Amino acid sequence: MGPMERRPTTKSGDETVDTSHATVSMLPVRREPDPVLDDPRMSDVDEWGRSEHMRGLARAAFDPIYRNWFRVEWDGLEKIPTDGGALLVANHAGAIPSDAPVIMHGIESELGRPCYGLADHLFKSLPVVGTYWARLGGVVGHPDNAYRLLREQRQVVLVFPEGSKGPGKSVSERYRLRRFGRGGFVEIAMRAGVPIVPIAVVGAEESMPIVFKLPNVAKALNLPYFPITANQLLLGPALGSIGYFPAKFKLRVLDPIHFDVPPDQDRYSKSRIMDESEHIRDLIQNELYDMLRTRRSVWFG
Amino acid sequence: MGRRVLITGLASFWGGLVAKALEQDDSVEVIVGLDTREPTIELERTEYVRSDENYSILSRIVQATRVDTIVHTFLIIDSTQMRAKTMHEINVIGTMNLFAAASAPGSTVRDVVVKSSSYVYGTAMEDPVWFSEQTPRTHPARNRVERSLESVEGYVRDFAEDNPHVNVSLLRFSNVLGADIVTPISKALELPIVPSILGFDPRFQFVHEDDVVRSILFVLDRHLPGIYNVAGDGLLPWSEVAHLCGKRTMPMPPVLTGLATWPLRQIGVPLPGELLDLLRYGRGIDNRHLKEAGFQYRYTSAGAVEAFIEAVRLRETIGSTAPSYRYERDVEQFFRHSPAVVRDITDR
Repeated sequence: MGPMERRPTTKSGDETVDTSHATVSMLPVRREPDPVLDDPRMSDVDEWGRSEHMRGLARAAFDPIYRNWFRVEWDGLEKIPTDGGALLVANHAGAIPSDAPVIMHGIESELGRPCYGLADHLFKSLPVVGTYWARLGGVVGHPDNAYRLLREQRQVVLVFPEGSKGPGKSVSERYRLRRFGRGGFVEIAMRAGVPIVPIAVVGAEESMPIVFKLPNVAKALNLPYFPITANQLLLGPALGSIGYFPAKFKLRVLDPIHFDVPPDQDRYSKSRIMDESEHIRDLIQNELYDMLRTRRSVWFG
Repeated sequence: MGRRVLITGLASFWGGLVAKALEQDDSVEVIVGLDTREPTIELERTEYVRSDENYSILSRIVQATRVDTIVHTFLIIDSTQMRAKTMHEINVIGTMNLFAAASAPGSTVRDVVVKSSSYVYGTAMEDPVWFSEQTPRTHPARNRVERSLESVEGYVRDFAEDNPHVNVSLLRFSNVLGADIVTPISKALELPIVPSILGFDPRFQFVHEDDVVRSILFVLDRHLPGIYNVAGDGLLPWSEVAHLCGKRTMPMPPVLTGLATWPLRQIGVPLPGELLDLLRYGRGIDNRHLKEAGFQYRYTSAGAVEAFIEAVRLRETIGSTAPSYRYERDVEQFFRHSPAVVRDITDR
């Protein structure tokens, strides 16, 4: 972009004089406060596509499920900052993951602040689903989106570094974390200067366990995986796709991790990023083992 | 000595408006306007030169008039206006010849402003919500507008690199709405029911036509080099755009959408591929770079929609308010050059 980014020059007589050293005095850029413009909006859909009105409706509908079906129990919710940006990192599970709505509902109803969820762009391409997904706080997991949400708008953002490999694992592999991507979530938190708050979730695996997968169907439909779940085997293909088992949800929030690096750098040490990513993965994995050791029943906790 | 400005596309919507605005500026001494067609708005002192669409006579004009500023507004963004080949000639070959003329030995050109479009960023599901000037597009260009704008911007970059003494400003405008401009989007919004794609409600961003002209004058005035996004604040869902216009949306099927637009094309509202992509995924461009340079917008995205629909309502009630004007060469020649006409501009 080199030559397009030169400093302004002004013309005097016939020759061009570089005034880059005197930009301030020669180009009096007065920063008056921007005038308040007439903005005749009719809905409350924000730039990310989220609508607080729709979230409110969704919260009202989901609350009975949250309380009476999954009977969600938080441990250490006070560790999530009540203001300022924070990147929540959790394990991901269940054929159609139930952990994302549970965490987002929990943050919004218990802490009273909005929570955005980063996810695969696949959602955006689905008619109807993609629109509701965006209205309910889903944002394409692009680094620029994450940076703007975290650094500039100081929001709480939820991300599942396992991506689709987390919910795409069979019931026999439950609670064993997959690779944490390429550590992009650590780099974003460093660049945005926000802490990472790890969350260990128990319950989502059993709410919709995958019995086996159909890789050829997935390939044909261009999906990351095509699961056949226990829910579908018991309840039939239609009801089984939306009917979760009433597994008891327990979420444990771990201590926030602050990185002692300056924000807004172009690059961060790749080895440091991978180390931190691996460290966070280990923390959540060990916490899960700990929680599973004390769990007496899948359904009653 | 005042500025000597060459405007490409004088008969186009933007060329005419920029020329008219520059005529009010006393520091601008000479305005030369190039186009294949005669200007459609009344201009007082702009000199109109007819050229072919790819400006083969351009280097002679640049040499003869010794212009120091080029405002390149003759870029076709609306692909429904003409055939692919004509658009290629105007956008790509025209820009190539323009920069060839501007970089000829002895060229007096010191400022170039190019009016590009946010279509160079493309539209895809992987896109970030906001494109900054540096964000690369996520997919290769899929339609001819985007391809031709990419070639144009390539020439702009090469020219800026080869001519470090020239201030090159590249402005990328979001979708424009306003009182007068006609685009595929404005036509779609004037329909009784606004077309949309079933299950998609993407966020749109608009810039008002006044802000477009003001931003061009702003970078000209400040000699600002660099790339700038120009767009109103805020993104709003397409359904809300329709609601602001007091209309409902009519969903088209998400598959074979191109075929479904056939009846619309028959009634004179073609929806080109690049607009169908927008109706699926939308696009936002970050306008803060130009704001940091000191530019103040007069309209937000929603404000531009409102201004547009108010103008439509007025037109529907009392008809067109624009004065009709027909360029007549002899008359214009007389007013500009006859000694019989008393001018106070000449003795400046």
